[in-house]
This record gives sequence, C-alpha cells and structure tokens, in this order.
Amino acid sequence: MRRVYLDHAATTPVHPDVAAAMQRALAEGWGNPSSAHAFGREARRLVEDAREEVAALIGARPQEVVFTSGGTEADNLAILGVARLAREKGRGDHVVTSLVEHHAVLHACEYLEKREGFRVTYLPVDGHGMVDPDDLRRALTDRTVLVSVMLANNEVGTIQPVRELAAIARERGVPFHTDAVQAAGQIPVDVGELGVDLLSLSAHKIYGPKGVGALYVRRGLRLEPLLHGGGQERRLRPGTENVPGIVGLGAAARLARAELPRLGERVAALRERLIAGVLDRIPDARLNGHPERRLPGNANVSVRYVEGEAILLNLDLKGVAASSGSACAAGSTEPSHVLVAMGLPEHEARGALRFSLGRENTEADVDYVLEVLPPIVERLRRMAARPAAFPGAGLGHGQG
Amino acid sequence: MAKAEAPGRGERVVVAMSGGVDSSVAAALLVERGYEVIGVTMQIWPQEEPLQEARQGGCCSLAAVEDARRVADRLGIPYYVVNMRDVFAETVIDYFVAEYARGRTPNPCIACNRFVKFSALLRKARELDARYLATGHYARVWFDAEQGRHVLARGRDRHKDQSYVLYNLTQEQLAQVLFPLGELTKGEVRRLAAERGLPVAGKPESQEICFITEEAYGDFVAARAPDKVRPGPILDRAGRVLGTHRGLVFYTVGQRRGLGVSSGKPLYVLEIDPERNALVVGPAEETLSGGLEAGDVNLILLDWEELRAARDGIAAEVQIRYRSAARPAVVRAAGGGRVEVWFASPQRAVTPGQAAVFYRGDLVLGGGVIERPLDGQHGGRRDGGALHGEGLPVAD
Repeated sequence: MRRVYLDHAATTPVHPDVAAAMQRALAEGWGNPSSAHAFGREARRLVEDAREEVAALIGARPQEVVFTSGGTEADNLAILGVARLAREKGRGDHVVTSLVEHHAVLHACEYLEKREGFRVTYLPVDGHGMVDPDDLRRALTDRTVLVSVMLANNEVGTIQPVRELAAIARERGVPFHTDAVQAAGQIPVDVGELGVDLLSLSAHKIYGPKGVGALYVRRGLRLEPLLHGGGQERRLRPGTENVPGIVGLGAAARLARAELPRLGERVAALRERLIAGVLDRIPDARLNGHPERRLPGNANVSVRYVEGEAILLNLDLKGVAASSGSACAAGSTEPSHVLVAMGLPEHEARGALRFSLGRENTEADVDYVLEVLPPIVERLRRMAARPAAFPGAGLGHGQG
Repeated sequence: MAKAEAPGRGERVVVAMSGGVDSSVAAALLVERGYEVIGVTMQIWPQEEPLQEARQGGCCSLAAVEDARRVADRLGIPYYVVNMRDVFAETVIDYFVAEYARGRTPNPCIACNRFVKFSALLRKARELDARYLATGHYARVWFDAEQGRHVLARGRDRHKDQSYVLYNLTQEQLAQVLFPLGELTKGEVRRLAAERGLPVAGKPESQEICFITEEAYGDFVAARAPDKVRPGPILDRAGRVLGTHRGLVFYTVGQRRGLGVSSGKPLYVLEIDPERNALVVGPAEETLSGGLEAGDVNLILLDWEELRAARDGIAAEVQIRYRSAARPAVVRAAGGGRVEVWFASPQRAVTPGQAAVFYRGDLVLGGGVIERPLDGQHGGRRDGGALHGEGLPVAD
C-alpha cells in the first residue's frame, strides 16, 4: 500500500543529514560539555556549533539561544519564567495571550491563573484565526508583564501579525513571546525583524529529533529557571546537555536555512493543489484559516456532515497520515479550541481535517489523497444519512 | 439447528480490545482465521481524569489502552482509541444513577452493550468499512437459515457465559457481531494466550462495575444525585416503622446486612419505594416472588405475535441476575409491550432494574427489564431455601 505522510505539523521525518550528524555526536561527542578536559571540550564545541546554527536561523546572537527539551519546555520557560520574576520584582501580575495558542502556552497561562493568582487575558481571533492588534492595545495594562502570541497556528496555519503585536507591547515596555514552533523552517523567522523578546523552537518540526528545542531570550531579559541544578545554559536550563539532540537541532536549523525560501514555495504549490482538489471533488467542504496568510504546508478543511476522526482513520487504513486538529489533542471529541475560537459551528469543527505537507511530499502524494479521500467521505455521508439502520445508536432507552 | 460459520476470509473486522486476555485472544483468533482485523479501545473516562489516578481493571481503563495497544502491535494490526465519553456518560453512567435514584438496581453492562458497544462502537466499525464488530464475550451467535434469524446462545463455558448481558441485541446487530470465544472455555483462552505469548495471559479478572472503583455504589450515586438521598422510614409489610434508612440509594432488594434494625429474625429488603422514600423489609420467606413483570423487552427467537398467540405462555428458563441459574418459568405477553414471567417455583429477591432473560436451553429467546415482582403463584410451591442476597454481581 502506498504510504503518504501529510502530518508534518505533528512531527517531521528526521533528515538523513541530521541523523548522520547525531550519529557522529553519539560516537565522538559523548564527553560532558562542562568538563575541562579534551573530551568535554569536544562535546562543548558541538553544542556551541549547534547554538550558532540555531541563532543564524532566527537572526539571533548565539548567547541568546537556550537549549531545552522541546517546544513545550521553551514555552513554559518563557511564560512562567518571565511572569514569576516580574511579579517577584513587583512589576505586575497580568499576562496576555490568545485563544488559539498551542496548549503548551494556554495551559501554562491557565496554571498561572489558577495556581499563582495571575490574571490572564485571552485575545479573540477573527474567522481566519487572526488576532486584531487593537485588541492587544486594549488588553494591555500597567500590570501586564508578558504577551505571548504564536507566530503561526499549528492547526489552521494562520500567520499572526506578530511584528505589529510585538511593537505594541514594546511601546508599553512589555516583553513579547512568540511560539514559532510551527513557523520555523517554513517561513523566514527573524527575531530582530519581528521585534520579539522570546521565541520558542522545536527540532522535531524541522526534520530534527524529538526531545530538543530552544528558547530565544533577548539579551538583557531576565527570567526565572523552571529547574534548579547546575550552571548549564546560563543557569536557565540546568542539567547535562542533550548533546546529540542539540547537534540534531543545529543540523536541522542549518538545513532549514539552506532550503528555506525554495522549500516553502514548493510545498505551498503542493498545498494549493491539495486544497483545490479537495474543494473541487468534495461538495460541502471548506478551507479553514486564512486564504493567504498561512503556513506553506498547512491545509485545514472542514467536511460537513462527517466526523473528522472517522475520515482520519479511514485515510490511515489507506496509508494516508493526516490529523484532525492537533496531535496532542488526539482522541478527544471536543472540537478544536482553535476552530471554536474562529467561530466555526461545532459540526464543522468536528469535521475538520488537517493535512500538513513537508519537504518529501510530491504531486503524486497529493493526487493519491485526492483519489482516496472523496470515496471515503461519500461512504461516511451515506451512513450519516441513514442513522435508522443502527437501532439504539441514538439516545434514551426506547425500544431496541 | 443449522449452524453456518461464516468463512469471512479477508473480511474486515473491528475488535473491541480491552487489553485483557479475552479480547486479546479474540483478536488473535480472527487474525489467524484470515480476517482483516482492526483493534479498537473505547475511551470512556472524562478527559479531566488525572493520569496518576488511572483506574485499574475496568475494561476501558487507561491502563487497558496501553495493554491493548501492545497486543495490537504484537498482532501487527492497526489500532485506534475511539472516544465514547459522551455516549457512555449519557447512556450508562447517567442511566445507572437515574435508575438507582428511583429505587432500582440497574445492570450498567447491559446498558453499555446496548447503547455503547453494539450501537456507537458498531457504528464506528461501520465507519471503518468493517463487516463485523467482534468482542471477547463468552457467547455464541449464528444465523439459523430455517428460522431466518440470527441466534444468540450461551457461551460454551457455562461459568463464563455472558449471553445474559447481550439479550438486547437486535437481529440487525446480531448480523454484524462475532464472538470468537463462544466455543471456548476460559481455560482454553488462557492457554491460547500463553501459547501465543500474548502479554496478558495472567491478568486477573474484573467483576466490578468498571466506572466505580473504590467507593460503594450508593456513595457513587449519592455524589451525583444528592437530592435523591434522604433518610426515611424502614417499614414492615404492615406499615409499622422499624427504623430509619440512610437514603434509598444505599440499599438493594434482597439485602440483609446494614439495615440497622434489630428483630427476632433476619430481615431483608423486600421493596424500595421511592414515592414514600421508604424501605420495606421482611423475613426471608417474604423475599420470594412467584413471578415478575418485565418491560423494555427485546425478543430474539420469539416474536410478539407468537407470544401473544400462546394463551398459556411460552415455556422457558428465566434468569434474573447475571450470576444465577435460569429457572423454569412461563413467559406471557402482558399489555403495553410488557411480559409476565411466572416461575415454576418462587424466586428470591426479584429486583426491579435487573434483567430477566428468557432461555430455551442455550438459546436466548429474549429478555426485558424487571419492573416489579408479582405475587401469587403459578403452579409452583413456596420454598424458603438459604438466602444470600448481599450484593448483586455484575458482568463486564
């Protein structure tokens, strides 16, 4: 059976060059980077080389890059770390974020709200999933200590006006964090141009390994660490470095930088082919997210009258890997918080299907999906149209 | 009786997997028989359930998902967790609480089979383009060409037989289910699991209601329907007040212990009367009933015409709780889609809310939910044997 991977927003295949670099690091760079001897120096060199690569990808200085265990830790470190220190210094207790953030941001903010007495404002989005800069302007107060709005959405791919939002925060002297986990490697990301103070990255979304990510922390910005221990990563992330992982992230960052403009264009062309084909061949389907301001790889469509999950499992049985929303929320029948925030009616949110394309996809992959998807939808719709065939499938305790 | 075993080579089957030995062996057998097998586990717990409190044992617990996934990997079959939280909460948990709150003792497994496994999950199976839904139940199903009906029968292993909790299946549902363990004994199943190196061969059995872990059933209900839990009188048949009960949800018909009433001889719960918020108790001999009335009836090997035409009723053996023997009886049509069951000899603790399932030998004729015991006798005799009506076991 043909296998087609269209779930790059969940994770990406590790690039062979990345794997090779990691192999070398495992074999030769096994020293402890904190050791003074030659073995330690070798490992340290690998870590610092990787730091330069990551910094180059986002236009940062190497010293501004803190390696973490992944995007979730980077988000938590940014939000909890800035908010806690700011309150300790008496600067305030208010955080602003958006309704469509990844759970790593949303749940960290909710934690501050529920357990640590912070106040959190969740900015709404429009029908395309965009935050309105005027809403941010109105939300900021003298007590605001952090704003966190993602660069691009993981479910619908909408690219937020982060540059404009960050400028608004900077006018008020409020640090700005952006989760760029989905954006990095797909669109150019430059911390100077964006004007952000903190930015999260994850290796496994850019053809690197799982278990490693990074937080950009603008020079001069102070924050509390989440963990306490040794002095690694300028004390912001103690613990002996994950050298092979960090090397993998560095190699992935180098690759992303080299491929960046062309890869995005190529993937976007495939994505357009997919969207056009789906909308053309499946009646009552619609595109979710912004028509233009979206990640090159993201195609999120709602297929009316059918559950996204049912389509997904049938696609899997045909060898096609997609997702119904965020992989982290898999198995929940709750409609996606992103689509709900965008104002989609619940039945359309439940019928949402996310295809996320990447560097190894081809036109033949897209055409295969366009071949197998319509009959699946047709069959499921036929079933949905005749619920009476399943006595008792409804509710209540009538006759069975 | 003509027995047609579907060869089913290459046909797609969804197997409900719990991670336990039974459903794992069921899945393995289907793979070996050449079906295209897809494993599925139902997720029925509220999302908020913290992981560290993962429930053990129940057929759909979080631990079960991990075990089932391992078995599916081992068998090389696709495996999915499907979300059944809403339908389970509504048709099983809410139903369980509502039934208790009105003084009845429901069997939640029957509700789960009827509304969740063989309705919502069957629907999922159809969505996956499967011809059948299979489970690890100890029961048998086949198509009887002579009668033109699908037949449900007890599992070959009489100790493990689960046909009682399946009596609600309709012809349409029976046509779409497979019970690969129906011809096997539990011992054989364990041996098959061991031979195949399935990682679950030694797992202990669970007999409890899957969604209630440590608390008593009454406490579970009281927490969800607190307004239904009020102390009230304990009465005897003559209406004399013998004491005070804690709230009706804490009692079951046939219960002896925990009444807090002293009397010359042991007293049992005879009746739970939500209208008067009263518990009616009496001596052992008064727990006997000659018959019962059942509603919400499903007929498998009978139809209503046949039942109504049989003036003297239809002879059957009737089982009134999950782990008890079926007793000779006559089943007669009553008004309003109900049936009356008259036992050859009176039965103890006929409990409203439990199911009365009608058998002929191994075959399930049908069944219904017990509405009330019926007094009087129908060609039987009173016999007051030893009574042990403490808790009513339920099945998974």
